Amino acid sequence: MSTELATPAPAPSVTGAGAGRARPYAVRLDRVSKSFGSSPRARQQVLDGIDLTAAPGEFVCLLGASGCGKSTLLNLVAGLDHPTSGEVRVPHGRPALMFQDHALFPWLSAGRNVELALKLAGVPKSERRGRAEELLRLVRLPDAYGKRVHQLSGGMRQRVALARSLAQGSRVLLMDEPFAALDAITRDLLHEELTRVWRERELTVLFVTHNVREAVRLGQRVVLLSSRPGRVARQWDVDIPYPRRIEDSAVTSLAREITGHLHEEIVRHARH
Amino acid sequence: MPATDTEDSRRGARHEPPGPGTGAPGGSGPGDSDEMASGLDALESPVSATVATSRRVLAKAAPPLAAVALVLVLWQTAYALSWSASLPSPAAVWGELAGAWSDGTLLPALGHSLLRCLIGFAASAALGVPLGLLLTRVAPLRTVLGPILSAVQSLPAAALVPVAVIALGNSEGAVYAVVLLGAVPSIAVGVTAAVDRIPPLLLRAGRSMGAGGLRGAVHVLVPAALPGFVTALRQGWTFGWRALMTAELITATPLPGIGRMLDAGRQGGELSLVLASVVLILAVGVAVESALFSPVERRVLHSRGLASAAGR
Repeated sequence: MSTELATPAPAPSVTGAGAGRARPYAVRLDRVSKSFGSSPRARQQVLDGIDLTAAPGEFVCLLGASGCGKSTLLNLVAGLDHPTSGEVRVPHGRPALMFQDHALFPWLSAGRNVELALKLAGVPKSERRGRAEELLRLVRLPDAYGKRVHQLSGGMRQRVALARSLAQGSRVLLMDEPFAALDAITRDLLHEELTRVWRERELTVLFVTHNVREAVRLGQRVVLLSSRPGRVARQWDVDIPYPRRIEDSAVTSLAREITGHLHEEIVRHARH
Repeated sequence: MPATDTEDSRRGARHEPPGPGTGAPGGSGPGDSDEMASGLDALESPVSATVATSRRVLAKAAPPLAAVALVLVLWQTAYALSWSASLPSPAAVWGELAGAWSDGTLLPALGHSLLRCLIGFAASAALGVPLGLLLTRVAPLRTVLGPILSAVQSLPAAALVPVAVIALGNSEGAVYAVVLLGAVPSIAVGVTAAVDRIPPLLLRAGRSMGAGGLRGAVHVLVPAALPGFVTALRQGWTFGWRALMTAELITATPLPGIGRMLDAGRQGGELSLVLASVVLILAVGVAVESALFSPVERRVLHSRGLASAAGR
């Protein structure tokens, strides 16, 4: 039975980049930089020397204002793009990627969307239907199999998208502001669902957001990125026990502290 | 025995979601959130109204029928008031069609034209769709061929017929050449546009799931662009049908089609025969449109939730 608490691995210490080297990791970025544009003059540096490690089973939130290269960073980890310099290591294969927009395929039913991910992950045909139904049950949409994407609400779509991501069979889940477009009530609910699924499946999650309270509500560690170019500005270990709620006073007070630093980062740009 | 069976399975079913109780430890009422979820889902799912089939058919059929009736009334009025000395009555044109039917020229003419258009269209689709896809994949090819295709697309078929006839003679080949030149560019350009309009996010999602290259084309690119493909094919059919009529009108092929009928009317100065041919050409266009392309397009759009306004 899966009743034992899936205690995620403890977060590595904030400063110990050297000490963390021997530990197992699910995602590791070593001095990763990324520039766009070919000519030196038009060259734009988006990421600059990012060092970031996520331990297996860790939930890391990446926080930053616009222009911090969050999406670029996830693209690199997802293997959709390559760094200009530095190294991205994801030892357990291709991570699953989830977007702000559900990005479900509108020509397929919810269940078929999940099945396509299973198929692309090499799951034999005979097992797909059962696995897809099981994944939809996991995100608490047992009746959604035959539903078309446009027949589902925004929150339901994101849950199907989560099921589809899980269907890819990866232990690493990358999330690019997945709940930013949802209303507060639905978002609250999905926070709960996500933490539950993360613990049940012992996933490693890299969660990008610009919502500070969301980051503190969800993550074991919050990484603040500076903007233009994106650098790791600061990190916080979030020692608030789960289950958390977004209105918890511990969440609120840490969020307030982080917001202060985020504002400093933004104000820095006003001066230049 | 069956009794215990069902009891077991029922108990199994009841035990099935162990997650909420145990998986989310000490949640502030996981059952709560379960009910919240289903409550929200129920509230947020769109409600779709169903309309009786008979009313739907009536709503669809009434406007075009009314349009036909209006044209007939105007036509008959114009004839009765003798606005134009040469204008035949609707009845005379109908008589022309009936006559062509009974002397056995209508059906072969219709058959020849339809067969040509069908073969020409199939060949155009077989050439145009891959060509359009190729253009989206190979940028230099697109830079070179794109403007040429657009230019050819804007060229009237009438300008192509003399070229084809001189090059290929009064043959089926000349007719098909005109049809292909009319339909292929239109299909290729439409397919290219359809692929361009795929939301980049869907392609990114596909690639992140491991659907790149051929698998990406089969599982993401083609289905995502399908509505645009249908539009491209529909336009290709229209262009091909027009080009065919022009070609038949000017080219003296051994097998007469509707275009030939039109030309016979023109040469004999019989406006009733000309109008009868026009009615036939229109009827074929409308029939193919409403029997083939409309339903396919509606299905494709409807399954994607795009046809709520148009696809009743």
